[in-house]
Amino acid sequence: MLKTFKKGGVHPPDNKISRNAAIETFPIPEIAYIYLNQHLGAPAKAVVQKGDKVKVGDLIAEASSFMSANIHSSVSGTVEKVDEWIDASGYKVPTVIIKVEGDEWNESIDRSPELVSEIKLDKQQIVAKMKEMGIVGLGGAAFPTHVKYAIPEGKTAEYLIINGVECEPYLTSDYRLMMEHSDEIIVGIQIQMKALGTNQAFLGIENNKPEAIELLTEKASHVEGITVVPLKMKYPQGAEKQLIKAITGREVPSGRLPIDVGCVVDNVGTSYATYYAVQKNQPLFERIVTVTGYPVRKPSNFLVRTGTPISKMLEAVNPDYDNCGKVISGGPMMGKALVSLDVAVTKGTSGVLMMTKGESQRHEEQNCIRCGKCLDACPMGLEPYLIASYSKLQNWDKVEEAHVMDCIECGSCQFTCPSFRPLVDYIRVGKRTVGQIIRSRNIKK
Amino acid sequence: MSILIYAVVALTLIGVIAAALLYFTAQKFKVEEDERIGKVAALLPGANCGGCGLAGCRNLAEAIVKRGDIDGPSCPVGGNEVMTKIASVIGVEAVAAVPKVAVVRCAGSFAAAKSKSQYDGIQSCAYANSLFSGESGCRYGCLGCGDCTRACKFDAISIDKTTGLPVVDDEKCTGCGACARACPRSIIELRNKGPKNRRVFVSCVNAEKGAVAKKNCDNACIGCGKCVKVCPFEAISLDKNHAYIDFNKCKMCRKCVEECPTGAIHAVNFPPKKVVETPQNVVNVEN
Repeated sequence: MLKTFKKGGVHPPDNKISRNAAIETFPIPEIAYIYLNQHLGAPAKAVVQKGDKVKVGDLIAEASSFMSANIHSSVSGTVEKVDEWIDASGYKVPTVIIKVEGDEWNESIDRSPELVSEIKLDKQQIVAKMKEMGIVGLGGAAFPTHVKYAIPEGKTAEYLIINGVECEPYLTSDYRLMMEHSDEIIVGIQIQMKALGTNQAFLGIENNKPEAIELLTEKASHVEGITVVPLKMKYPQGAEKQLIKAITGREVPSGRLPIDVGCVVDNVGTSYATYYAVQKNQPLFERIVTVTGYPVRKPSNFLVRTGTPISKMLEAVNPDYDNCGKVISGGPMMGKALVSLDVAVTKGTSGVLMMTKGESQRHEEQNCIRCGKCLDACPMGLEPYLIASYSKLQNWDKVEEAHVMDCIECGSCQFTCPSFRPLVDYIRVGKRTVGQIIRSRNIKK
Repeated sequence: MSILIYAVVALTLIGVIAAALLYFTAQKFKVEEDERIGKVAALLPGANCGGCGLAGCRNLAEAIVKRGDIDGPSCPVGGNEVMTKIASVIGVEAVAAVPKVAVVRCAGSFAAAKSKSQYDGIQSCAYANSLFSGESGCRYGCLGCGDCTRACKFDAISIDKTTGLPVVDDEKCTGCGACARACPRSIIELRNKGPKNRRVFVSCVNAEKGAVAKKNCDNACIGCGKCVKVCPFEAISLDKNHAYIDFNKCKMCRKCVEECPTGAIHAVNFPPKKVVETPQNVVNVEN
């Protein structure tokens, strides 16, 4: 009997049509648009100016506060301007625009292909390195990793949990990474374990990826402390709290963090990036991006430099634009429809999904029939129909009382709703407004 | 007979004790309320329409008495007449308020601001605003989902289907400001109604640089400052890449309207300008 989390969850068709496409290195774009807010928290502060020459891996923006991350150039060339450019949020954000000339790397980066498995740095040095190299969580939320590894006093990280679940339909970037770079991932996990001072790590993989489970179980058997945990397929198992519940059986209380139950959760992509940052001195400026969907004639997994416009990647996969209704950054459940194809790849872009006209068609919103399907689907045990109704009525007190802040915006409720209500849209606005109310209340205190 | 006396005495005693108890309790838990609140509430129409922006007439009465003047929220339905009476109750002098009207400061119609994307989500500006900058790409412009029309209690604002922009009915608008509060982009402003409903205003709030603004919308204010220079009354100021006309200083000469290169300055309810019949004009007509 395989493990999984108990409460809620749904089973969307997994549609992993790009699973057998090996990772290809994507050509460097002519112009790179590198956003300064690629992470959760305060945007980074640009340290380059118009006309500056930069090399691959040069620092172009530094963290502006504790909750922020460094940003490095993904290309070599001249800074055209420090301006604004549209990102996946649909708004323009501060961006460093670089005109690419050649591909000259910063000398400090070790570009040799050999695997370096000996970890020389100590605990503090590793965390400092993560900060310096701008490592953020690559699962999607892009939470600055050095902040996660700054364990508050009085708490200990018992377990490191590595997320190889990839429960979002369509996306295969983590799967390909595990299949092709398992050695680097294992070393990366060891580095992370050392940084946390724990000797137990679990790598959770869903059972729709048997090859990855087999490969990594074999690789992990040579190393002490890493256990691969096959998990029963269920969405949203890749969510932090659900993964902790599935693997350790522990439940993160409302309003608390995984560290409160002795866990730290990281994506496999983050382990891979950590390996490169610590062992090869390579900052985070490229990632694996899945370009997929039924209008795409050649579903692919690309190793892409951040700042590459999404339109470039779509050109490479020869899509059927006539049959495309929407282009989504991320997966179908949690991703965001793009307003423009000029949007560039960020550290948190796990995939680009093209949806057919039929798939992207919205159904007409009907009245709630109180069937309670959303209650059964919600992995956080919330009442989505109620929060959505309160949010629609702008009754923010009630929205807060209904624990909107616990919502992980996984979209399970909307997926099961037989009345096609845009529950997540309502809840998301409610969550944002309540978040602002709580913050202003805390400031007043 | 004695039973009768006992009963009377006992009941009187109970009555006295109860009265004393009630008296002291009432003293102890007395709620002091400004008597003016009741008086003001009685003067208000009592329709609880919410046009003042508060939940009802009683709330408005409380708000007015608490402020001690009538410069804050006022009753748009009762108008000057009611507000004058209220002013005398709370002991301040009433200055007749200049009637206000809601003005939509966006001219990004379908024709001027071409759609670059299509929004099929919840038809509410508050939600659309949280998702993207707008179909035209202008992050300051009207989203056209009509939150203002739903906020209006007087049916005074509606979306024009041909332009996609809200239109205010001057006759119906009471200047309560509910639409201005509902607009997530603060496009709607309460401005002086003006003599014969004539108004001159800049119909754009875009704070982006001129070139960027112009790219998204043909009618955008590009912040060129020509109107500021031409205005003889110093009524126009330039801030955040767009002009703003101070309605208290504007004398409606309409020099700025002619000067504006993008047509962002609107003059409404003016009679059409008479064409001065210069000899050349006459010749042209004859031809």
